[in-house]
Amino acid sequence: MRSFIDRRPVWSLIIFCGVAFLLWMIFSVWPAWLIDLIGRKKVFLNAVFNGVTLGGLYFLVASGFTLIFGLMRNVNLAHGSLYLLGGYVGYWVASTTGFWLLAFPVAFIVVGAVGVFLQIFVFRRMEGDDLRQTLVTIGISIIMADLMLWAFGGDFYNINPPSWLGGPVETFFVTGVKRSSGDLIFMKYPIVRLVIFAAAVVIGVGMWLLLNRTQIGMLIRAGVDDRDMLAATGARIQLVFVGVFAFGAGLAGLAGVVGGTFQTIAPGEDIRFLLASLVVVIVGGMGSITGAAIGALIIGLAEQIGSVYFPTYAVVLTFLIMVVVLAFRPQGLMGRGG
Amino acid sequence: MRRYLLATVSLAAMMSATAAQADSIKVGVLATLEGTYTVLGEDGVRGLKTALGEAGNKAGGKDIEVIIQSTDASPDSAVRGARKLVEQDKVDFVIGPLSGSEGIALRDYAKTQPQTTIINGISGAQETTFVDPAPNFFRFNMDGAQWGAGLGEYVFNEKGWKTVATVAEDYSFAYTNFLGFAHGYCKSGGKIVERQWVPLGTKDFGSIIAALPDDVDAIYLGLGGGDAVNFLNQYQQAGGDANLIGGTIMVDGTVLSSKGEAKKALVGTPSSGPQADTWDDPNWQKFVKSYQDAFPPEKRFPSPSLLATGYYNATSAALQCLGKVNGDLSDGHEGFRGCLASLELNAPNGTIKLDGNRQAIGTNFVTEVVEQDDGTLANKMVAKIEGVTQTLGDDEGEFRKLGLPSRDILKCD
Repeated sequence: MRSFIDRRPVWSLIIFCGVAFLLWMIFSVWPAWLIDLIGRKKVFLNAVFNGVTLGGLYFLVASGFTLIFGLMRNVNLAHGSLYLLGGYVGYWVASTTGFWLLAFPVAFIVVGAVGVFLQIFVFRRMEGDDLRQTLVTIGISIIMADLMLWAFGGDFYNINPPSWLGGPVETFFVTGVKRSSGDLIFMKYPIVRLVIFAAAVVIGVGMWLLLNRTQIGMLIRAGVDDRDMLAATGARIQLVFVGVFAFGAGLAGLAGVVGGTFQTIAPGEDIRFLLASLVVVIVGGMGSITGAAIGALIIGLAEQIGSVYFPTYAVVLTFLIMVVVLAFRPQGLMGRGG
Repeated sequence: MRRYLLATVSLAAMMSATAAQADSIKVGVLATLEGTYTVLGEDGVRGLKTALGEAGNKAGGKDIEVIIQSTDASPDSAVRGARKLVEQDKVDFVIGPLSGSEGIALRDYAKTQPQTTIINGISGAQETTFVDPAPNFFRFNMDGAQWGAGLGEYVFNEKGWKTVATVAEDYSFAYTNFLGFAHGYCKSGGKIVERQWVPLGTKDFGSIIAALPDDVDAIYLGLGGGDAVNFLNQYQQAGGDANLIGGTIMVDGTVLSSKGEAKKALVGTPSSGPQADTWDDPNWQKFVKSYQDAFPPEKRFPSPSLLATGYYNATSAALQCLGKVNGDLSDGHEGFRGCLASLELNAPNGTIKLDGNRQAIGTNFVTEVVEQDDGTLANKMVAKIEGVTQTLGDDEGEFRKLGLPSRDILKCD
């Protein structure tokens, strides 16, 4: 941190000013000229919040994707199908038992088991053959999509959160001042999105700790760096592979339940989330968890802020960010060179 | 020897082909059986099969042979499908397509194949029959703007909602459907104060919901399918409680039969379209029963969607006219087309006849979403407007002056 400021004093100042201005925009009561310029504060604040929570969902999907790629060099294009499967399983569990929370562990375990199956019976047979693995994952995603269409139909599924998570909650962010009484107006925000975001942060921090502070994490990091050397030291690398694939797939399943709660589960969502996680890891850097978090945040914010301030071009914005990152930092923001 | 054998086989094949020609009529069908609109296309085909079943698969003393060709709602897939049906399978005429831009593409294709006839399935773009229509393209369903007829007057006069803001998808069907609403609403004296056009396929509406003005009487929603369900879900989560007005596909079967609680936000929402699920008209009830009897409950919607009705009407019009010409299309379809153009179709959703552009003049229904005793949602009729023309009752020149539907057409803020 210190050395960065010493090395790049001008950039540091610009970043500092930008962050300070953003914080001011979030916490202050907006003056009239700013409202004239970009509209009500409520809209802006909601866009930022929604961007961050959407980023949380993208992070859950993309972190599994990037973890699997980092360790096994396997671009798993069936990752979106695992997300969709998790959503359907979650819907089924939540609607038959009535316990929304139960949907998360069940989806995690079921989809994780599918991941184990895929790793043991499919990918292990073509280890080291990256292109073939990638092509096989495309085939698997098409077959899974058709099987799910057959089993669940083309209907739109919503997973209902319990009633204590329904509706909005008043936050401590000020959006304006009442003209008549001078009281402050506070922002109302859906509780379920806040809870989901908090869960994404907890999972993210947990993963970081697991990777950086435990022995298993050490094994995985060593495998990412050089898996042949790790195997040569006697580590049971196949076990690590299966574990990581199961965990990554399970995360996708978990994300499916989250997605089904504040969006919908339907055919076609698999491709959308595969594309989203591809963009996120390309922006963040393939194989890096921190990169996935930063990429998810950027893409989520871009989508939401774009959707209110320039709706027509909101779709392009995401890809524009990807193009800029690829042009100036092809390995991704947090990716390693080479 | 070999050559002789080949000649015999091909001769036999030709003979059987001509034999088939003589006592059966080949009908090509275009429906979206792949991609996003799969569920809709399937219901369209169910409507077609219902009509064929009622007629015992016969018309004018001849058997009807159906060839179904799948499209994916894109114009080029529709043209590809139509080429296969017309030029390769040599069908006598085509029923279809389903979606708006497909319809426009087939109007242009129809002009290149004057020997065949195309009867529209349910595609609802205004342009298809309004701009440069093809002489052999017939449409027995109303277009998107006609589906909006009567809604504006209803919400202004009966509900007393004087100002609205709109959220709709940014593409041609949503513009057209919205035009039908705005036409009546602006004329009645209502004000449309804010319009938000969102890209088709928007899944996270959080910020758009926050940007909705809170000083309007109601919000018009021109969304469809998954976008509609997502909006409703997130609208509920954000604690929204404004009055809603729905476009035609905002309240159709795909949204009303979605799984979960999101759709409950729609109860009481006024909307409009070419049919009302719970209409007590005997003709409509008969059609609903016929549809329900033709398919087991898990293979159909609880009651026919407007797609099924559209394909049903197109098919029954074709069958009636085939009966009238005794299945004889050898006059270059002249008698068949003449019959279609002058037919007064006694359709389940009201009498339909065609105007000079071979476009339907029909009945439009203003409906409200109600929760039925078994917990499912349906559209209940609250008003019915008969004889809705493509120009929505305006003088044609005046209506053309408005321009084709787009984002900013019909301003009344």
